[in-house]
This record gives sequence, structure tokens and C-alpha cells, in this order.
Amino acid sequence: MTVVVMEPAEPSAASTDRPRRIRQRRTGSDLLFRGVIRAGGLMVLAIMLLVGIFLTLRALPALRTMGWRFLTVQEWDPAGAAFGVAGVLVGTVLIGMVAIVIAVPLATGAALYIAEYAPRRIAPVLVNVVDLMAAVPSVVYGIWGLYLLQPHLLVAGEQGEGLPRWLATYLGWIPLFRVDGYDPRDPIGSNSALTGSTFVAGIIVAMMVTPIISSVMREVFSQAPVGEREGAFALGATKWGMIRSVVLPFGRGGMIGGTMLGLGRALGETIGVFLVISFVFVIQPHILQNGGGSISSLIALRYAESNAIGIAGLMAAGLVLFVMTLLVNFGAGLIINRSRSGAASDA
Amino acid sequence: MSRERTTLLDGPGRPYPEPAADREPLRPGGGTTLPARVAGPAGAERRRSTTTVRRSDVMAVFGAAFAALGLTVLVFTQLAPFDGLLGFVVFWYFAFLTSYAVLVRLDESGPVIRDRLAAVVVHSLAFLMLLALVVVVGFTLYRGREPLAHLNFYLEDMRSAGPLDPLDAGGIRHAIIGTLQQIGIALAVTVPLGLICAVFLSELPGAFSRFVRIIVEAMTALPSIVAGLFVYATLILALGRQKSGFAAALALSVMMLPIVIRAADVVLRLVPGTLREASLALGASQWRTIWHVVLPTARSGAMTAIILGTARGIGETSPVLLTAGFTQFTNVNPFQANQVSLPLFTFDAVRRPDPVMISRGFGAAAVLMALVLLLFILARLLGGRAPGQLSRGQRRRRALASRRDAVRFVRRERERLAQTTPYGPREPDLLPPQATTR
Repeated sequence: MTVVVMEPAEPSAASTDRPRRIRQRRTGSDLLFRGVIRAGGLMVLAIMLLVGIFLTLRALPALRTMGWRFLTVQEWDPAGAAFGVAGVLVGTVLIGMVAIVIAVPLATGAALYIAEYAPRRIAPVLVNVVDLMAAVPSVVYGIWGLYLLQPHLLVAGEQGEGLPRWLATYLGWIPLFRVDGYDPRDPIGSNSALTGSTFVAGIIVAMMVTPIISSVMREVFSQAPVGEREGAFALGATKWGMIRSVVLPFGRGGMIGGTMLGLGRALGETIGVFLVISFVFVIQPHILQNGGGSISSLIALRYAESNAIGIAGLMAAGLVLFVMTLLVNFGAGLIINRSRSGAASDA
Repeated sequence: MSRERTTLLDGPGRPYPEPAADREPLRPGGGTTLPARVAGPAGAERRRSTTTVRRSDVMAVFGAAFAALGLTVLVFTQLAPFDGLLGFVVFWYFAFLTSYAVLVRLDESGPVIRDRLAAVVVHSLAFLMLLALVVVVGFTLYRGREPLAHLNFYLEDMRSAGPLDPLDAGGIRHAIIGTLQQIGIALAVTVPLGLICAVFLSELPGAFSRFVRIIVEAMTALPSIVAGLFVYATLILALGRQKSGFAAALALSVMMLPIVIRAADVVLRLVPGTLREASLALGASQWRTIWHVVLPTARSGAMTAIILGTARGIGETSPVLLTAGFTQFTNVNPFQANQVSLPLFTFDAVRRPDPVMISRGFGAAAVLMALVLLLFILARLLGGRAPGQLSRGQRRRRALASRRDAVRFVRRERERLAQTTPYGPREPDLLPPQATTR
């Protein structure tokens, strides 16, 4: 294939034929309209900047009091001038991690099923179901976790039968899964050491973010080029071979981006975590053990404190959370846009 | 070249179809030679099955499932000291995968085994997710079934009913009213502002709108509790207003605004540029183009975006928790005094120790979910169409409108001609024929 480049017949003609000056005259209603929508944009910008700037300004007293120690102090005692987000920050990240570890396989499976395996008549229904799942209020997931998941599925009965106990018994040698002060082989032991843990909260949050991740992934999977799919089949690939060699590589950017989008939601989730977790103000690295925390549930717990420095501290904590979700979301956006599949996806 | 292709198609060593042995020999005189008919009754040709699933595949799945069930029961009741339903299911699942792999291995090779296993795993993950949704929704409905059966649950508030009173006293009227008012105010703020901003982002491209878009995208990351904290710190602490439904609605608006703007922006960008250009080329101004072409085209998509944003906002608890206060009374004035909403009522009720109150909480959650479901169905009925695709009614209205326009154009043209021609009105057949007949 060769491209024949046609030379312009007379290069000198361009100098004589000067481009016309284009003048656009707008009517009065047009000018008014442009003014109105520009004012709307300006107003939204003002509101958004106001939120950000106000948050920062109100957080400053707390940050000035504590300095960088705000990120390393564990307890929360604004009156005693010793408060920091180290404990809840670790808790937030751990809850997010548990949620992502559970949600990503589930979301990938569901997205692959809808995009590749589902019969053509069922697939749109399933898309709606996943969207509906994303719209279920977080308090519903919270009460589901508090009244069904924790007491009946995960930590059932006096002995606390369930996955956390199994993990603590057989994988307790891993520091992450250790449970202090709990002996699974003790027949009269109580289950209270396993309830209200980061793990349970993480599962609830996973239920909330799975549909978000799943819908981004499905969108990307369904955009995988047909030609490449058929090429893989023509070369004798099985369906799974085609998925592995075409769909998954094509959708990798969308998968990572969707996961990070879900992580952003998971970090900011409040009510589901707040309902189930037993709040502690220390760094709790054992995810199966009773006690944990997150920045958002700290705010929900302590907002009623009336003194100014307490509110400033909460503002600073909110700011830290916001910066975290912001970074994660921007990262997600970058990855999705850079990827081959991401140009048209709206996530 | 062509020779090679034929060889490839027909198999090596057989470049051309050989004459069959039972065919009649060629007649010397020429003429048409008919191939001998295949013996057999007419119409007995069976339709070939094109399905990709064989019966043995289905049998393998069920066989593996039963084998795994048997093995699991054996292990759990006779061999090992295992117990627990979750363990049973997990053990069964892995036994199932193993025995299925073994069964497939009997007559397939490596890649096919991997393909089958992957299909099973993907199916079961999707099933698990569906199951989770059904369990979440079903559990809420099940636990809330008792209060939902009482009519007073919808018509009374909690003013006269203590937490220990039975379910035939008290209800969630105050929470329903609060939810509707708060989301109504939030929508009244969000929808016009959000749509105007989205139009701004897509119609006036430039450095400024790029900056606005970046800020809006950043704000979609704002955790809802931080939005609540913002309104709490400004309106309630700094300005000294009471906690009220209005404050809650503002917090919801701050949270919903970026979501709505972003979704509407995406929808507006999907409007085909050719439509816009056609309108401009016909001489319409920018404002007319957007009002009559862009917005109607994007209407169903924008509607979906708004309704989904509403569904998100209506169930949000944390901003309301900080800003609305709590009350047992019906408060129809959102600008004054505490006002409770459905998620907040649920949140408060399920944390109390008494079972009646907890079941009221579940009832409120079920009502909330019904509202979300209603919004969702509404979104799917109104939207879900790509831009430019119209429903039958829309198409009819569109056709009527353009017929009216055609008549109007003809009339105006006639009037113009009647004024301008010095020799009286022109013959009507000089006009374009379509314009006069339609």
C-alpha cells in the first residue's frame, strides 16, 4: 500500500487567494444565552471551590496545632491538644483493601458473565440489576451486615462459627489475621473478639462497591473489538482463550481504573462501616479482631463536639480523606483515559 | 495462486471434486447431466443442530455436582470433624470444580478443560453477585414485613408511640415527608444548575470550561460525609441556623451536583455533531440549536442521569445525619426545626435495643428501597434510548410538528409572493409540490 501525495498544482496561487476573514455576529438572544450558561458554570465553580477552600481554611487551626503529628498521633483528644488520624487512617485503608480484595473477583466475574457468557436476552436485564445494586442505599447494606451477615453468616453462634474464625485458626500465624486474646480451640470462648472487625466492615463495603466496579468493567469488556475476537476464534482459541488473549488485555486499563474508582468510594463510605464497627482510636492492624475505624465514621461519631478545635480536627480529617479519594479518583481517570479502551467509556 | 487456494479448501491431494462412481457416464451427445438423487424418503433430511452445547457437557456439570455433594456429605458426616454451612458450601464448590475437571479430562484436552473451568467460575461469580442482591433486598423486606402490613405505619408519626409500643401505633409519616421534601429541594437546586453547567461545559469549550470540568471531576470524589460536614460547619455553626431539612437538602445538593453535571456532560457529548451542524447550517442561532436540537436529543439520557443521581441522593444517610437533626414529630416546614428522613430514621431505629423499633427500621428501609426501585424503573422507562432514537409517540409528535412547519412555510411563502409580484399571486404549482400537498 503506497500513499501517493499529490503536490499542490501551483504553490504560488496560495499567496494571491488569501483566506476570507470570518466574522461571527451573534444575535442578542445568543449573547444572553452564552452569558447565562457561563454564569451557571461560574456559579458551580464558585460552589465547588468554596467547599474546598472552606474545608482547608477550617482545617488549618487543627493542622497548625498538630503539624505533621496529625498524621502520626493515634488518639483523638482535641481538648487535650493530642489528636491525629493515624489510627483511623490505617483503618480506612484496611477497610478499603478488604473491600477491594473481595469486590474485584466478584465484579470481574459478573462483568465477564454479562459481557461474554450471558444469553443475549438476559444480558440487558442483568445490566439493570447491577445498576440497581449500585443504587441500593448504603444504610440498607449496613443493616444487612449488622443483622444478617455478622450474626448469622460470619460470626454465628456462641463460638463464632464462620470464615473469620477459620482464618484466625489456620492462618493466625500471618500477622494480618492474628486475633489477640482469642483462642479458637477454647470451648467456652466467646465470639465477641471476632465481631465488629475491619473484616466485617470491609465485606459490607465490598457489597457496595462491587456493582460500581462491575459496571465499569462490563462497559470496557463489551468494547473489545469484534475483529480481534473473531481472529482469536479463527486461530482455534476456546472462549476462555479468546477472553484471556483479547478481552482482558484490551480491558486492562478499564479494570484497573474501575477498581480504583471503587476504592475511592470504599474509602469514603460512612454508614455501613459506622453501623457495624466497634470504634477504637488505635492502629489496629489485625483485620479479624474486634475494633477498627475509618475517617468517615470518626466524623459521624464526633461531629456533635461543640468546641471549635474539635470541629477543626474533624475538618482536617475530612480533608485528609478527601485528598485520598481525590488522588485515587484522578489516578483512575488517568488510567482509564490512557488505556486503549478508555477513550469512550464514561467512568 | 487459484490452484493453491482450491487445494487448501478441498484438502490435500484432491484439487478437484472427483466424479462419483455411481454417477451416470457422460452422454456423447451432450446435454444436461443431472446428478443422481440420494436415495431416501423425501423430507427426511434432518435439520442440523448448531448448538454448541452437547448433552455430555450438561451431564458432566450435573454429574460433577452430584459427585461433589456426595463426597462433601460423606466428609462432613462420617470422616472429618467439620461443621458449619459456609464450610459445607465452600468444600462442595471445590470438590465440584475438581470432579468437573476430572470428568472433562476424560474426553478433552488441556485448553478445553481450562475453558470449561473458567466458564464455571465466571458463572458462579455472577450467580454469587445476583444472590447477594437478592439476599440484601429479600432480607430487608422479610424483616420489615410486619410494620409494612400496618396502615398506620405510613399514616402516623412517632409522636405518640414509644419505642416499646406495638406496631399498630406510630409510623414513618414524618420520615417519608422529610425525604420527599429534602430530595425535592435538592433537585430544585441541582437540576437547573447541573444542566446549565453541563451545557456550558459542552457548548463553550475553552480553557475556562476545561478548568471547571477538572474541578467538577475532582468534586465527584468528595465523600458524602464531608459534604455534610461542610454544611454543618457553615450553615449551622458559622451562620447559626438551626438544623433543618433545608440544611440537609443543601448537603445533598453539594453531593449530587458533581454527579449530575458529570453524567449530563457525558450525555451531551454523545449528541451527534452532525445534528448540531445541520441546525447551524439552516441558520439557527446557537441558542435555538441547543434548545431545539441538542437538549431534546439528549433528553432521555439526561433524565436517566438525573434520576440515577436522585436515587443516589435519596438513600444517602451521612450528610443528613449531620445536618437534619432528629425528631419524632411531623415537620412539614423544611426551613425550620429538625426534620427526619427515611435513611436517618432507619439508621436511628436499628441501633436501638428494642425489637419493635428495629423492625420499624427495617420497614422504613423497605419503603426507601421501594422509592429507589420506583425511581429506577422510571429512569428505565423514560431513558435508556440512545440520542436520536424516539418512541412512537415522540415520532408522531415530531412528524406533526414538521407538517405544521411545512404548512406555515408555504403560507408565508404565498404571502410573500402575493406582496411582491406586481401581476397578482403566482400559480401555486410553481411551489415545491411536497410543500403544498403535505
